[in-house]
Amino acid sequence: MSEVSGDSPATRGSGFGRVLVLIYAILALAATARSVYQIIKSFDDAPVAYLLSAVAGVVYIVAAIALAKSGERARKVAFAAIVFELIGVLVVGTLSLTMSDLFPHDTVWSGFGRGYGFVPLILPILGLWWLARERKSQRTTEAVSS
Amino acid sequence: MIEWFAWAQMGIAAVATLLCLAFFTMRKGPNDYTLGAVVLIELLLVVQAVIAIVAPFVGNKPTGDGLEFALYLICALVIPIIAVFWALSDRTKWSTLILAVTCFSIGIMVFRMLQIWTVQVV
Repeated sequence: MSEVSGDSPATRGSGFGRVLVLIYAILALAATARSVYQIIKSFDDAPVAYLLSAVAGVVYIVAAIALAKSGERARKVAFAAIVFELIGVLVVGTLSLTMSDLFPHDTVWSGFGRGYGFVPLILPILGLWWLARERKSQRTTEAVSS
Repeated sequence: MIEWFAWAQMGIAAVATLLCLAFFTMRKGPNDYTLGAVVLIELLLVVQAVIAIVAPFVGNKPTGDGLEFALYLICALVIPIIAVFWALSDRTKWSTLILAVTCFSIGIMVFRMLQIWTVQVV
């Protein structure tokens, strides 16, 4: 068995990015399960908030998978998913504090992800930093090899 | 849910988190100790699941929502399995950090489960 795999070393194989993938996977699982629960239990109470939570959960799943994969396309998908989350947590976080009647029921992003130890706020920032770093290291590798 | 058992679970999860963090700072990949800690946490979750199924029949009913509790429990049961596979596919120190994050999140989830079972503010 050969130890060498086809994966680009800068993504799947390496370091901190793998930890990020796991945290995304846990958050994806938590957010999706919670929104499924809310939709089953009391959808009519706050359809918009609960649908938003479901969308957030699905986007976390996409981000986790895209971060785990190597390649330029996966990188773009991961970037889009993470930017979506960052905007989501900032907009919903702000609205839930300033116009709380808009979000009477908690979503993953309410209060900047307070219910999840602010992980939903910190994670996209870490994710974007990681993607930027990874891209830089890939460019360096390309420059060296060409 | 048996309260002392849940607290024992959280305590073990906390110790396991510190153990994994210690091995991470020593730049060690996953080893018998860190993987064993995660396996122990998974076994305790299985015991917790059995307790949660049996308890209502002996008069220990959740004060909160059983469905919400069950979803937490199922997620908690799945996470260590995913984490161990994910950690073993790349045996660097980062995998040890993965195991630490796993133990920590399970501790938090058990705390939430205990809240759902016992404390209802509504």
